Amino acid sequence: MKYILKKAVTMLITLLVISMLAFLAFEVLPGDPTTKMLGTEWTAERAEVLRHELGLDVPLPLRYLRWLGGFFGGDLGVSYSYSQPVRSLLAGKLGITAALSLIAFVLVIVISLPLALLMAREEGSLLDRILSGVTQVTMSIPPFFIGIIFTSVFGLALRLFVAGSFVSAEESFWGFLGYLFFPALSIALPKSAMTVKLLRSSILGELDEDYVRTAYSRGHSRKTALRYHVLRNSIIPVITFLAVTIADIVAGSIIVEQVFIVPGLGRLLLLSISNRDYPVVLSIIMIISALVIFVNFLADVAYQLVDPRIRLK
Amino acid sequence: MNTLKRILTLLLVLAMLTAALCGCKGGKSGKAEKNELTVGIAQDLDDSLDPHKMTAAGTREILFNVFEGLVKPDENGNLIPAVASAYTIADTGDTFTFTLRDGVKFHNGATVTVKDVVYSIERVAGKDSEKPLIAQFSAIESVEATDDKTVVIKTKEPYLEFLSYLTAAIIPDGSNPADGLVGTGPFRFVSRKAQENIVLERFADYWGTPAHLEKVTFKIIENANVLVTSLKSGAIDLCAHLTATQAKELGKDFTVAEGSMNLVQAMYLNNAYGPLTDARVRQALCWAVDRQSILALVNDGMGSVLGSSMYPAFGKYYNDLSGYYTQDTEKAKALLAEAGYENGFDLVITVPGNYQIHVDTAQVIAEQLKAIGVKCTIQTVEWSAWLENVYKNRDYQATVVGFDTSAAMTAQSLLARFQSESGKNVCNFQSAAYDAVYAKALAETTEAAQIEDYKECQRILAEEAAAVYVQDPCDLVGMRSDLTGYTFYPIYVMDLSRVYFTK
Repeated sequence: MKYILKKAVTMLITLLVISMLAFLAFEVLPGDPTTKMLGTEWTAERAEVLRHELGLDVPLPLRYLRWLGGFFGGDLGVSYSYSQPVRSLLAGKLGITAALSLIAFVLVIVISLPLALLMAREEGSLLDRILSGVTQVTMSIPPFFIGIIFTSVFGLALRLFVAGSFVSAEESFWGFLGYLFFPALSIALPKSAMTVKLLRSSILGELDEDYVRTAYSRGHSRKTALRYHVLRNSIIPVITFLAVTIADIVAGSIIVEQVFIVPGLGRLLLLSISNRDYPVVLSIIMIISALVIFVNFLADVAYQLVDPRIRLK
Repeated sequence: MNTLKRILTLLLVLAMLTAALCGCKGGKSGKAEKNELTVGIAQDLDDSLDPHKMTAAGTREILFNVFEGLVKPDENGNLIPAVASAYTIADTGDTFTFTLRDGVKFHNGATVTVKDVVYSIERVAGKDSEKPLIAQFSAIESVEATDDKTVVIKTKEPYLEFLSYLTAAIIPDGSNPADGLVGTGPFRFVSRKAQENIVLERFADYWGTPAHLEKVTFKIIENANVLVTSLKSGAIDLCAHLTATQAKELGKDFTVAEGSMNLVQAMYLNNAYGPLTDARVRQALCWAVDRQSILALVNDGMGSVLGSSMYPAFGKYYNDLSGYYTQDTEKAKALLAEAGYENGFDLVITVPGNYQIHVDTAQVIAEQLKAIGVKCTIQTVEWSAWLENVYKNRDYQATVVGFDTSAAMTAQSLLARFQSESGKNVCNFQSAAYDAVYAKALAETTEAAQIEDYKECQRILAEEAAAVYVQDPCDLVGMRSDLTGYTFYPIYVMDLSRVYFTK
């Protein structure tokens, strides 16, 4: 209990530091939200009025405190460019990014579990060596690059989908899932490769344990022993890895959304950065950091629950 | 472990299903029957939807269907009464009297009263925020409802063109568009999803001819190729501002309507930059380009060649200077030599990359300027970077863009930015003669005199070569062949109230 409390306080402080850094970063960045807002109607005079209206003429520390107060009170502010509450702006976007991340996560599991089992069973065989090579390569390709390859191969050449023809869930649920499949796959591939590598070595590590020999002596084949005894034990470190992966996937979706033109959180984030739409950018940064921190925290706790020998202080 | 196996099988099946359904798009069926239209738009509307605060041309284009002012423009560029049923302008040119139309309803069901009108005008004039939301409204001296049918607006100085700005939206008394968009137009606003869509619905109680369509969805598709494939697949029914190449791809199942973009596209020159400070150098650039071949290469010859900062749809205000400069390489070289640049010079043309037409035009110009020894480098930048560096900081040499009339269709909206002291003088154009004629034009009390002044303004811009004026590009609208009624306006709007399905 004491541990959880301590951890919660650390989380809060981390978030505060992140918000401060994000706020400062925008102060240092050149550019000004009024430029985009006024477009070709920009004049120094109108910009001044607008800055006053947006409260940008208030000194930085005061502005930060105001924003912070609002944020923790649940008021995310109003988007400069959309002049719409950030909360309602993000509401529609969270669902899309969440769906994308979820599909990607499911794909990671679907791809990596059978593959790791297969490779462990066939350890040292040609198949194992080929697959090891493939995972090693896949692991090192960034998702956005896989995305670019996908859009040209499956999109342009094979015409399986068209980047930019996003269908919302209300229009057609299956069309929506279908559109997210390739973006999700490009996030999932490198992550799966990492999971496969980890799970494979974890399984191989377990194979030397006494209980495996016992299982063999009870007449289990290598295949069934792997499936019914080894997998359970070797999956524990992988689960914590997967937990952290969730956060990675969400963060990774930002770039991939850009490649596949998915109107989710990431695309909004990039547009808002270029528009200098601080309320939106800060809210998205905070949501993603909170998620990463929280998932890491969950992983820590899970670790402790699984293995009582680990005592986190 | 059997459970794990079952879960895995299920997940695999799910994944395969998703993959199989990939590429499945919204079908064509039923849209015409339901009388619903999906319009593709090429850029997100990351703009305020407040009709008094919006700045993007793309927003104005759509909200034209939702909001109306006391008067509104028609397809010939005339102002016709809208929320008002009639108006008179005093001979002094500073008093505008409006009679309210009977029974005009807001989208919330309320009837428009003089209070709403006074509130709306005062809001734009900046009664609460000290500064006007639309700059021209600072000219207002008073707004008054003299009885429950009449509103009198007085300006501080005679200001004939002010009538055009009274196309500003009338909204309910005391309302704030941030809490919901309520107007009087033929469509009412339903929803907006950032980077996805904007939905409008037919307003049954519209005072004029109601719209034919029940529902219009504007779908944001930021990839130019996808716009065309979406039209072909039936995911969208109509798309404006296509290039000639895109329009050709559509084939015979589609109607392509040709209108004009209502922009002054030019290679705007930074008159404060090195060689460009010399009028002779700027004139040389004008003599060096062949506008007709730009049109031919960029849009198959469609569009209108321009010689100054105004386009033909302005009718009586338009001074046709399209023949002021014709391509004459020898003359251009002579002018350059006279200015001391017989060997030419280097020129960087900055272009916002999101506008293909400007990029294409810049490329043709760069090619044509080689003949007089001007070596151009084209620098493509993002729109926000263009706004910051070129527009705001004026840190550029030359740029190809188009300017529109913004809030209202007035000659001054296209000419104001060339005044020496104007905050929008992106060209850094300095001319005492121009400033004098422009100021004179604003103060005129008769339209005829004002027209003469504005024509003179256009002539000075051409003579001094403030910019290399190129064209008012053609606007191609691709739509399903069973759609009809699309009407072009001399301003950047998209009137969907007249569009209907023929079957």
